[in-house]
Amino acid sequence: MTALDGGENAKSQEVWDQLATVADPELDEAVTEMGFVETVHVDEDDGVHVRFRLPTYWCAANFAFLMANDMREALEELPWVQRVQVELSDHYSAEQINRGVAQSGSLRETFPNEADSDLDELRSIFGRKAFQRRQEVLLRYLLQHGQTPQALLGLRVRDLRALPMADAQAAHLLQRYLDGLTTIGVAAEASSPAFVTVDGQPLDPKTLKDYLRTLRHVRINMDFNANMCRSLLQARYANTSRGERLGLSQPE
Amino acid sequence: MFKTEAGEEVFIIDGHVHFWDASPENQRNVHGAQFINCFHDYHSALSPQEYVWPADKFQKYSLDTMVDDLFGHGYADMAICQPTYLTDFYRNGFNTTERNAAIKAREPDRIILNGAFDPRDGEAGLEELERLVEQHAIKGVKLYTAEWRGDSKGYKLWEPWAQRYLEKCQELDIKNIHVHKGPTILPLNRDAFDVADIDDAATSFPELNFIVEHVGLPRLDDFCWIAVQEPNVYGGLAVAMAFIHPRPRYFAEIISELLFWLGEDRLLFASDYAIWQPKWLVEKFMAFELPEDIQEETGTSLTLEVKKKILGENAARLYGIDIEAQKAKLRRN
Repeated sequence: MTALDGGENAKSQEVWDQLATVADPELDEAVTEMGFVETVHVDEDDGVHVRFRLPTYWCAANFAFLMANDMREALEELPWVQRVQVELSDHYSAEQINRGVAQSGSLRETFPNEADSDLDELRSIFGRKAFQRRQEVLLRYLLQHGQTPQALLGLRVRDLRALPMADAQAAHLLQRYLDGLTTIGVAAEASSPAFVTVDGQPLDPKTLKDYLRTLRHVRINMDFNANMCRSLLQARYANTSRGERLGLSQPE
Repeated sequence: MFKTEAGEEVFIIDGHVHFWDASPENQRNVHGAQFINCFHDYHSALSPQEYVWPADKFQKYSLDTMVDDLFGHGYADMAICQPTYLTDFYRNGFNTTERNAAIKAREPDRIILNGAFDPRDGEAGLEELERLVEQHAIKGVKLYTAEWRGDSKGYKLWEPWAQRYLEKCQELDIKNIHVHKGPTILPLNRDAFDVADIDDAATSFPELNFIVEHVGLPRLDDFCWIAVQEPNVYGGLAVAMAFIHPRPRYFAEIISELLFWLGEDRLLFASDYAIWQPKWLVEKFMAFELPEDIQEETGTSLTLEVKKKILGENAARLYGIDIEAQKAKLRRN
């Protein structure tokens, strides 16, 4: 797909690029990268329809809601977009989520009996975990590539931004961490220390190894879940349609 | 029984098996169909190709199949039946204590039959728990905290009725509380898989053992924190175990993590049969070695002694089984 294909495809591409900024909060991976987005359709009047699916019928409804709503908001940022419809399929709460995202964007209003607030706290819990994972991966990478704990923990945000990275993959690790710093808000100034705990506490070079150990299981958990989700999504949509596969025509 | 090349015997207790009926005739609604669909996806996603069953066999398998898969060629010496009722999804329940009792009747020396409770059943459920002890002498229960029950989509262990049931377990000498978290607990603005209520229960009931099924996945990290603080919290390895086939490196990371935080005495092997089969899990686990870099970083190792604990000795300790006496008994019968 290139811009030469005309406006439609260029717009679809913009939609895909915008969706790539939306992450599954549990996994800290983009919804597009996970294969959750099934189809994107841009109609003649610049209305956008996005269809997505998840690894299981039972995936937590709150995360499904959060992703659907984030997708809608991300697409509304595109200046040419007139309408956005995000549609979740094959999920026990699909109908409610689709309606809620279209109407209010509020979890509490969508599930009045099942949610007593919106999702800020949940987002914060997983934002913290995502930050820890990004930090651990970057610290390990830098330590393996010749940095010392003393030198690393002496870096300011501005030094880290300017740090030369060996390749695109390493530069990506760095960028993800810098984005995480902004989101979590622990190192707001260019002169702030670049590596602090998720609560903004300073780190000690002498105990950096132990600190990394405690972060390790956050990363392993997220990586495991991402792998599980990929495997399940693949199994779920690999073969024939589900109705054919297992007697779905048995409602009481 | 698994035998190493050197001829050493490894006694195997499969900590989590089911004898379910998810056939279309038993499905009450679309959720029943989707529930077994989801299990079948887990099964197909992680099993070696030659062990993948067609959907209809997976919905309902025979007693002969199960006995053979576990104890015939499956290496298991014993197995713990963990019921899951799901009566809102299946007319006669998915995998009730009564249904599992059929395999117990067939293999009385090999099956440990666990019961279940649901605090939403109130007083009547407490009496039912007494009946289960009288009739089946259960020593453990399986709790599925995300089970749908009418308008309720689950419960937490710190709720007052759950506390009463745990007190009752203590009174009835039901020592082993197997807990499984599912995704639909309310309120929806909280993390559905949050394992904090297990922490709470483990502190309040130090005489009970809490075996967290699937090692708290998808919250392995939170589970590890809890288990470090609570000596009566154990990890059941179903699900995590199956990664040994498609993604051995991840399996190595998980098991080393668990060995680092919980240690080798608090992990229990489990297949979650019929989602996975003990035969290939045991073969692969016995042949498995931790990659050197992981051993080095975590300071853990998966020696034969450690494997023996995970595969049987730890569960034997929780259920009061003398392995040597049990071996002799199984040989006689």
